[in-house]
Amino acid sequence: MIPGSFSYHRPTTVADAVKLLASLGEEARPLAGGHSLVPMMKLRLATPEHLVDLGRIASLKGIRRQGDRLEIGAMTTQHELLASKEVADAVPILHEAALLIADPQVRYLGTIGGNVANGDPGNDLPAIMMALSASYTLTGAKGSREVAARDFYQGAYFTALEPGELLTAVSIPVPPTGHGYAYEKLKRKVGDYATAAAAVVLTKKGGVVENCAITLTNLAETALFAEAAAKAVIGTRLEPAALNAAAAAAQAVMSPASDARGPAEYRKHVGGVMVTRALTRAAARAT
Amino acid sequence: MAKTHITMKVNGAEVEGLAEPRMLLVHFLRETLQLTGTHIGCETTHCGACTVDLDGKSVKSCTVFAVQADGSEITTVEGMANADGTLSALQEGFRMMHGLQCGFCTPGMIMRAHRLLKENPTPSEAEIRSGISGNLCRCTGYQNIVKAIQYASAKINGTEFVEAAE
Repeated sequence: MIPGSFSYHRPTTVADAVKLLASLGEEARPLAGGHSLVPMMKLRLATPEHLVDLGRIASLKGIRRQGDRLEIGAMTTQHELLASKEVADAVPILHEAALLIADPQVRYLGTIGGNVANGDPGNDLPAIMMALSASYTLTGAKGSREVAARDFYQGAYFTALEPGELLTAVSIPVPPTGHGYAYEKLKRKVGDYATAAAAVVLTKKGGVVENCAITLTNLAETALFAEAAAKAVIGTRLEPAALNAAAAAAQAVMSPASDARGPAEYRKHVGGVMVTRALTRAAARAT
Repeated sequence: MAKTHITMKVNGAEVEGLAEPRMLLVHFLRETLQLTGTHIGCETTHCGACTVDLDGKSVKSCTVFAVQADGSEITTVEGMANADGTLSALQEGFRMMHGLQCGFCTPGMIMRAHRLLKENPTPSEAEIRSGISGNLCRCTGYQNIVKAIQYASAKINGTEFVEAAE
């Protein structure tokens, strides 16, 4: 399988990359890790005329703690996220989720920016970023702007990115010490996208859930922020009735497709199971 | 489409060639450089047969363009033997433990195991299994591949390889 022909560009600064994308127009695509785009090009489902390779832009790499936020450059790979003590200590759900992405070889090249910017509902990190209240820096010819992860996703492969804009960084508010977290992902095999997955970040006070965010992967056209499901457990001790109410509220917003991973009803069912498992595991970790 | 002149260091030797931007690294290795040890299996980023070492990373060379590897350092299975031509610990492990049957996945398995042992010279069985989870073998059931990597780990670390009871 050979991709269609394209011209290759390799800028070394964000300014040059943005300038190239603006001048080359709609037939240009940025190339990050390439592990979504290149397979699509081999199948001729994507036929860009120009690829702007971001791989040599040093300023897009790196993980930095800045006050109460973790700032991660878009071209930081999943392998680098997994190797980072800063990530494991400050945002352990990101470590847990990155380990469930694809396989080791894909994670050596796959990037955090590509994973969250592509808008693929099967990608794992959009739900993680929504659960953590992260925001994205989008840089275009006219400058940069910040968009909350929860406002970024509009449909399958449709996001708040304007033509010519690049997602250059991810900014995560570090959750409080003692928070609980879990990412539960049901998949058919190692490397697969989720049949259904749920992320939970919560805090407890005196055994009672104080704050909670619940998000879902691959159960609709975009990752979902299940606000009503979280409300169902805030103020509870996660008794069975609260867990069931959260699962039902989450299922009410799911609209998965029937596909090779199962019929829609099955995926909604296991989506609810992922929510209760993630809540239970997150609560057990919270202190 | 105009071809681009690219250079890289492959198995210690400086090489150069012309590549269309759409040429995949695996085709550059196999067809331009005639290094056919790297296999093409699924061509869809699943099977790992085309795994090579690129600047200290295990990558599936069917999913990287040759132009992306311009200026990089690459090791393929042809570069795995010891300098005197004898088998390296990993190659010896695959031989001694029958870590292959048809052999098609073996170049990718060896290249992945090579990087795994560089990063973690004493992996547990679970770490080996998750470490090679991007490489498919349709013959062995993986048991002897895991043993081959354990054998190599012991040899590299100068410890005695003890085969686990079945």
